[in-house]
Amino acid sequence: MTSTIPNPLALIAELTHRCPLHCVYCSNPLELQSRTTELTTEVWSRVFKEAAEAGVLQADFTGGEPLARPDIVELVCAARSPGLYVNLITSGLPLDEAKLAALVDAGLDHIQLSFQGAREDTANEISGTKSHAQKLRVLEWLRQHGIAVTLNFVIHRRNIDQLEQMLAIAESSCATRIEFANVQYYGWAFANRENLLPTREQLNRSVEFLKREQERLQGKIRIEFVVPDYYAKYPKPCMGGWGRKLMLITPSGDALPCHAAQVIPGLAFENVRDRSLHEIWEQSAAFQKFRGEAWMQEPCKTCDRRELDFGGCRCQAWLLAGHAAATDPVCSLSPIRPKVDAILTGINAAPPAQLFVKPAWLYRPNPA
Amino acid sequence: MRSLRSPSPLGRGVCHLNSFPRLAPGCRLNEKTQQPRTLLMPERALRLNGPSLEIVERCDGKHTVEQIIVDLQKIYSKAEPHKVEQDILGYLNLLQKERALDFQL
Repeated sequence: MTSTIPNPLALIAELTHRCPLHCVYCSNPLELQSRTTELTTEVWSRVFKEAAEAGVLQADFTGGEPLARPDIVELVCAARSPGLYVNLITSGLPLDEAKLAALVDAGLDHIQLSFQGAREDTANEISGTKSHAQKLRVLEWLRQHGIAVTLNFVIHRRNIDQLEQMLAIAESSCATRIEFANVQYYGWAFANRENLLPTREQLNRSVEFLKREQERLQGKIRIEFVVPDYYAKYPKPCMGGWGRKLMLITPSGDALPCHAAQVIPGLAFENVRDRSLHEIWEQSAAFQKFRGEAWMQEPCKTCDRRELDFGGCRCQAWLLAGHAAATDPVCSLSPIRPKVDAILTGINAAPPAQLFVKPAWLYRPNPA
Repeated sequence: MRSLRSPSPLGRGVCHLNSFPRLAPGCRLNEKTQQPRTLLMPERALRLNGPSLEIVERCDGKHTVEQIIVDLQKIYSKAEPHKVEQDILGYLNLLQKERALDFQL
């Protein structure tokens, strides 16, 4: 019998949870994995080969900070050699010119450099360390090496009013793609949510601004904009649907359908040390759990949009509705939507003085 | 010394008959051994078949737009030549809009 399960298209390789930054919205789980549990170069190399054989096209190297791995150049070679498109998602902090040259020579296809803001003070506050000046140096090296670059600005209440300055940094760089990605509320961002959610007025202003700029820069720089889904009418098609396109491997080798899946109780994840990637993709109970539509409840079950958004995000359903198979509570059709509205009302009704004072952030620590 | 390129952030060229289209940095075709043939781009991938593959394979900075048109008119000799030309120009412009293509003179 031939399989009816579509191939995975991208592999998100969380190479390590170690990171020089302590961002208050980090998407890593609250329980970070230590260095001693990380997969070896050999196991990662096998995983990349199996991924290419299973139909995966792209590998996203992320973390933590993937450059914290001393074998990063070898890993780029290992992913590129079976034909994967290799994207490095980095803070740029541990990068120097020699390392960049070695990565480019190893076949790195693309770098995504993250920024925490347009101004040094905000960026350093959010990342919990002095990071901004180094990122500007990295931008100059990237230009010299002619590698394809995306700049990723993570947006929230404290920096959403700096979009114009962020775009200026991007325009003066060699980036051909910019992501303005509003924080999504999982992991450390969920813990810091009250201090990160933008106001509706801020959001509306940013949408108008970016629409204009998208038009102006068409054909030159591609601007992607991700809204905070708490403000959306319908949920995002999280990961393009559970177990439909993407697979994430944690530093210690657990195979997950998404970054946050470990918050859902009762899911057992298989490890790439024990089984092939293809078998896990097709057979693991965790990937099967919310694949397709059989698990859906009303209103998703009979909704016309179920093939567009797949019921939204399972992790968000667990975090906000306490039930992983519920309709994503950000959906205006969800019976739990009033709970999301109450969170937004809390933010939008608060006096501005209270919203913009420096909060007591919960910073992400560095694992052992 | 390593060869360094310095792409300018603005002005990625214009699609003329005598300009040389070339895949933008970060965009490449997957290997011939990998099926289906796909144009790999940052965060995206575009499946190619028939004419679209014939076009993208020639976006190597060595073929002019005109040469690509002539080649494809030969390959698709049953199609109306003017229609082939219009389709190619439309497709090249689309790829540039997607930031997958630069034009050099």
